[in-house]
Amino acid sequence: MQSIIKAAWMVGATLPVAAQAADLEVTHWWTSGGEAAAVAEFAGAFDERTEDTWVDGAIAGGGSTARPIMISRITGGDPMGATQFNHGRQAEELVEAGLMRDVTEVAEAEGWRDVIAAPSLLESCTLDGEIYCVPINIHSWQWLWLSNKAFEDAGVAVPTNWDEFVAAGPALREAGKVPLAVGGQPWQNAGLFNVLLNALGGRDMTMRVYDDKDAEYAAGPEVAEIFAAVADARELSQGTNVQDWNEATNMVITDQAGGQIMGDWAQGEFQMAGEVAGEDYSCLPGLGVNEIISTDGDAFYFPMLDDEAESAAQEELASILFDREVQIAFNLKKGSLPIRKDVDLDAANDCMKKGLAILEAGGTVTSVNQLVSPDTNTQIETLFSEFFADTSMTPEMAQERFADIIADAY
Amino acid sequence: MPSVTDTPSGPRTRTARPSQLFRNLNAKLASIPMILTAMGVFVGGTIWTVVYSFTDSKLLPRERWIGFDQYERLWGTNRWLISIENLLIYGSLSLIFSLVIGFLLAALLDQKIRFEDAFRTIFLYPFALSFIVTGLVWQWLLNPDFGVQSVIRALGWESFDFDPLYNPQIVIYGVLIAGLWQGTGLIMCLMLAGLRGIDEDIWKASRIDGIPMWKTYLFIVIPMMRPVFVTTLVLITSGIVKLYDLIVAQTGGGPGIASEVPAKYVYDLMFQAQNLGQGFAASTMMLLTVAIILIPWAYLEFGGKRRG
Amino acid sequence: MANPATLSAAVAAADAIPGADPGGPRGARPRRALSRGNVFLYGTLLVAALYYALPLYVMIVTSLKGMPEIRLGNIFAPPVEVTFQPWVKAWGEACTGLNCDGLSRGFWNSVRILVPSVILSIAVASVNGYALANWRFRGSETFFVILIFGAFIPYQVMLYPLVIILRELGIYGTLWGLILVHTIFGMPILTLLFRNYFTSIPEELFKAARVDGAGFWAIYFKIMMPMSLPIFVVATIIQVTGIWNDFLFGVVYTRPENYPMTVQLNNIVNSVQGVKEYNVNMAATLLTGLVPLAIYFVSGKLFVRGIAAGAVKG
Repeated sequence: MQSIIKAAWMVGATLPVAAQAADLEVTHWWTSGGEAAAVAEFAGAFDERTEDTWVDGAIAGGGSTARPIMISRITGGDPMGATQFNHGRQAEELVEAGLMRDVTEVAEAEGWRDVIAAPSLLESCTLDGEIYCVPINIHSWQWLWLSNKAFEDAGVAVPTNWDEFVAAGPALREAGKVPLAVGGQPWQNAGLFNVLLNALGGRDMTMRVYDDKDAEYAAGPEVAEIFAAVADARELSQGTNVQDWNEATNMVITDQAGGQIMGDWAQGEFQMAGEVAGEDYSCLPGLGVNEIISTDGDAFYFPMLDDEAESAAQEELASILFDREVQIAFNLKKGSLPIRKDVDLDAANDCMKKGLAILEAGGTVTSVNQLVSPDTNTQIETLFSEFFADTSMTPEMAQERFADIIADAY
Repeated sequence: MPSVTDTPSGPRTRTARPSQLFRNLNAKLASIPMILTAMGVFVGGTIWTVVYSFTDSKLLPRERWIGFDQYERLWGTNRWLISIENLLIYGSLSLIFSLVIGFLLAALLDQKIRFEDAFRTIFLYPFALSFIVTGLVWQWLLNPDFGVQSVIRALGWESFDFDPLYNPQIVIYGVLIAGLWQGTGLIMCLMLAGLRGIDEDIWKASRIDGIPMWKTYLFIVIPMMRPVFVTTLVLITSGIVKLYDLIVAQTGGGPGIASEVPAKYVYDLMFQAQNLGQGFAASTMMLLTVAIILIPWAYLEFGGKRRG
Repeated sequence: MANPATLSAAVAAADAIPGADPGGPRGARPRRALSRGNVFLYGTLLVAALYYALPLYVMIVTSLKGMPEIRLGNIFAPPVEVTFQPWVKAWGEACTGLNCDGLSRGFWNSVRILVPSVILSIAVASVNGYALANWRFRGSETFFVILIFGAFIPYQVMLYPLVIILRELGIYGTLWGLILVHTIFGMPILTLLFRNYFTSIPEELFKAARVDGAGFWAIYFKIMMPMSLPIFVVATIIQVTGIWNDFLFGVVYTRPENYPMTVQLNNIVNSVQGVKEYNVNMAATLLTGLVPLAIYFVSGKLFVRGIAAGAVKG
């Protein structure tokens, strides 16, 4: 009963807002354990350092559930104070339509350009020289997470690259483990392909396929090798039976699976489970083949608001998101890399340090999200979702359809 | 026998007739919300959708005309074709089973049985649960690792195989099981109500004539229940066309794209792929199909014999 | 003004019309217990009941187990150790993002959406049905067909046009916007139900009232409404179920402070913290379903009687 009264009181309390301080509603789709802990760092800093209040608008179910809601809200003329999108082209048209606030002033006052870790991060926020979003982290997809215990159980050494991992597959099977955990959702299947393309094919192949959109090349023998590798991955993933990425990660954490190809956000889950990098689990950036990571990640956009106090709060939030200390606190929890190069991540674990080293050495590749439209991306996701579910589809068939998609890509 | 299908019984409104426009003025005023909804939302929205299906609108609607390109792409897309196929399978089976199960259960309940209230409540309660919930529970019951399959295997039948949600060939039937579970209760209730409205004398007469019970149902009772069947038909078919939530909650369209449906294609294309034009083209095809079925029906019902 | 005496007499006359009483089974006579037919009859009903009741059983049992027990696997086994912790967590503690107050957060919002939406949608649809049944005018059938067409339009298609309409009306993001949306989408099926019901009310009654000089509204309020309580109950049940369970409209057309309970349900069910907490998911599910379930239990008998009078006669 008490909680009902409390709830009713809270609903009532959030309604009337009149003071100078603003309530800023922030929507995002970070709801898993590690993600929620990370976003709490932003909220905490915002509440503490400003008069304003962070009103959390989490919508579970990932970007594909949350984005339609965010877009409806913005185009419907009742936007939130700030909202998450992935780096790339998801918010392109909203910016072009003048629905987003430009934060160039904040960026110039604080000299963002001088401290940004990779120029492409700000570039994807920029339209006609104005900056419309704050990149908040660098996520890279190109990681192979391994359970040390699973390999011990199978009696083989922990692999150091993709080929060794494939070779260890039968031993893992014999020990009753799924060699490669792959969640059933389309974005995970397509992501896995892109990682193999990045890591095994390298930067040039990636750019030729996704940036030049060279369909002939995509149908050719070099890319065919990648498709053969995806077929290997499909074989190794048989028996996974989970949908969400963190359920698949959990299979690695609990040593039921040998490994998982997943972005560095998986690290947050290992951390939440109390696992130690290097001891309980290993990580191979670029699958141990090519030291290369992508600059995927998240950014916050600030829809145009009429209210002055809220608009001021938006700029304050932009500044806090880019702040050095906040960046460190957030990214440690999230398992991603900070977007500033002037940070010292002593607290970072083994895996994050590997990532930082690659970033420093310039081993980055532009993320697929930034290269192709969401439409093309969805087509690729559909293709690989089909491919992973239907073992009768040969790599050749998949490659042919892939080349068709690239031919129409924009 | 009046129903959706009845014909206007003309003279009702003939008591006063000043001028055409002001005749039934109150009725016309009271119908304004309906007219606004019908014209403004349903017709307006449909026209808007059709118009923008000829553009290359991405995230936001824009007037860049590209003719039939969206439709060409639509019918060249494997996922759309699978969606159509799934809808046909699911739709025809769901229609048949809903009507048959609904009617059978209602007929059984109508035999003056004991515990009718309890049975009726059990059959109807899934209707009170949302599709999100239905999908989740059945996802669970059909999970091979701890659902029905594992339980039956644990009982000793080791080779028992039942994992519809993980088998692309039969996943749509797994969805059907859940869909029927959720929806047939309401149909049963409508049917039962229909049976309750049949005059007791009909039964007496058929008993005296020695007509077997099944024949009485088939040739006398069911034809008398035509309006009920029309009402349930609208309910069931509109539910089938709009099938979306259950798929998302239960299978997410998977495994692969094996359980995709048109409404989900529309939604994903509009909001995830940010290709409004393509989503509109798909929904135009859906609406066109509905119109092709509905308009001849309406013409037969209302068009032929205008007010007397 | 209508003469009240005549009106009430007319109502009484309607009550006396033979066949208007919808209660009581009319099927074949019951047979002796344990006859072959009875075994078949009850056997079939019990098998069917099993199919319908099994998921509910599993949900309840699971919601009372702790996670370690669930991991043991048998979803049909009754709980060894009964715990109400999942219910407590689902109601007041489950987290999404930074908000850790479970379903309780959205409960009153759902109520605040539900009550006006149900009332408004039924009021509008019943007047529509009444006009379509008793006061046809040129074109009214066309509008009716368009409404039926509307029943088939996938909600997703209308999402965007409605955003524009609500934006132009200036009520996008408000509670009233959402209520309007529910009214619009409830209209096709409800209008169908009411229209069918009202056409079933004996025409003599309507004529008598007209002779007495009763107008559109007088007949609606004094004859039609009092005579149609069952169909109003039916409509209420359909609307309560639909609106209470709505997720899409609730989340697209309102702001977070107005989000209904189903949004929290989705967040709890989709928010995986490592391992899915099935017991909490089930408890959340049952809690969310409680309101329509209660409404149904309360009005179960009226439900059948209402549909009987409406769908059959009409």
